[in-house]
Amino acid sequence: MDELILELKQKIVEALNLEDVKPEDIDENAALFGDGLGLDSIDALELIVLLDKTYGIRLADPKEGREIFRSIRTMAEYITKHRTK
Amino acid sequence: MKNRVYINGSCAISSQPTFEGDFLDNINENVQDNVLPVIEPNYRDYIAPPAIRRMSRAVKMGIVASKRALGEACLELPEAIAVGTGMGCVQDSEKFLRAVLDNEEQYLTPTAFIQSTHNTVAGQIALELQCKGANFTFVDGSTSFESALSDAAMQIELGDIRNALVGGVDENTPYCLEIYELDNIIKPRHEAPFSITDARSKGVVFSEGASFFVLSDERNEHTYAALADVDFRNDVPDTGVFIGDFLSRNNLDIDDIDLMLSGRNGNSEDLAGFDTAETLMRCTKLYYKHLSGDYFTASAFGFWVACNVLRSGHVPQLLKPVGTPSEEVRNVLIYNQFRGKGQSLILLQKV
Repeated sequence: MDELILELKQKIVEALNLEDVKPEDIDENAALFGDGLGLDSIDALELIVLLDKTYGIRLADPKEGREIFRSIRTMAEYITKHRTK
Repeated sequence: MKNRVYINGSCAISSQPTFEGDFLDNINENVQDNVLPVIEPNYRDYIAPPAIRRMSRAVKMGIVASKRALGEACLELPEAIAVGTGMGCVQDSEKFLRAVLDNEEQYLTPTAFIQSTHNTVAGQIALELQCKGANFTFVDGSTSFESALSDAAMQIELGDIRNALVGGVDENTPYCLEIYELDNIIKPRHEAPFSITDARSKGVVFSEGASFFVLSDERNEHTYAALADVDFRNDVPDTGVFIGDFLSRNNLDIDDIDLMLSGRNGNSEDLAGFDTAETLMRCTKLYYKHLSGDYFTASAFGFWVACNVLRSGHVPQLLKPVGTPSEEVRNVLIYNQFRGKGQSLILLQKV
């Protein structure tokens, strides 16, 4: 799990072009949207594509995203259970 | 009665240190490179980190130049924004198209697509300023800036708006430059040293940049000049007639023009138009593309040079004057074209 969390942090920094953020500085339990990393709706779309492209996960119900993208840890837990690649 | 249009603020980001310095201070003419890299400001001094992370260089240059020009004009919120760009946001267009190919049309991310459109620069400027006024982008080759300028000026002249932010911006990418070089738009490196007066071969020394201006119906202590007229045509059968008609409609004679700022660029394809225009005009000629390089909105840099000449009353030798400038410069004519197409004339007057 720790390895996947670190990988996710790196991929998120790269995909969202978070220039001032180092992967190791991201708290895996902090909120991705709102107060934590401060991501927005365009970032949410980027994360959906990231899940599909890297882990073979297609979100059938967009409402699921709210819980899955709550933090890096919730993303990692969901990926561990549902990844196809 | 039309309102008069004044230029009250300006900022140029170019291949010269025009952003930080005063008018053409610390300039070095680079005759060795066929592409002149732009000297970029520290964008983070002007744009918040959460916003900057998605912005391409064209957007960043446009926003920073806009903020500087507005600051100089002491205007917080323009009533309209008009931006000219020849190529738009090439960086994000390339990124998006590359992703289409690399991922076999799957997994397309939204950011590059959203940012790839030509009107991204004007849109992002509006978002930064929270400007809800008219927002137009003009894409018309070498007359893109003139189109934007003309639109904003007409709105002010007619009294629809009292002020506007107008600019020209273009960015390059390594792939884009490679294509231009293959197409002889850029001169081959081995022809260095380059000179705008040496037009033996096709192509130009290429560059990029952003030049923005604040137009207003009211002059103030920062006013550079008055914009009297703009005209541009895609095809001009006779450059002499084009200039003659332009001067006539402004009730001017050839000898009323004190300075001509020519967009001469060393391209053999452009030689005829520049030769005709410069032979016709008997006044002192000045040049700027040996400093800025050429690109689709380079004439916006020329406009910035002319504004500064008029306000300072000083003609720097760096502009390679041909002839002795008259003691009092009142009328400046800017002439430009690209590959024989998109000819333009701008008339600026001292205030």
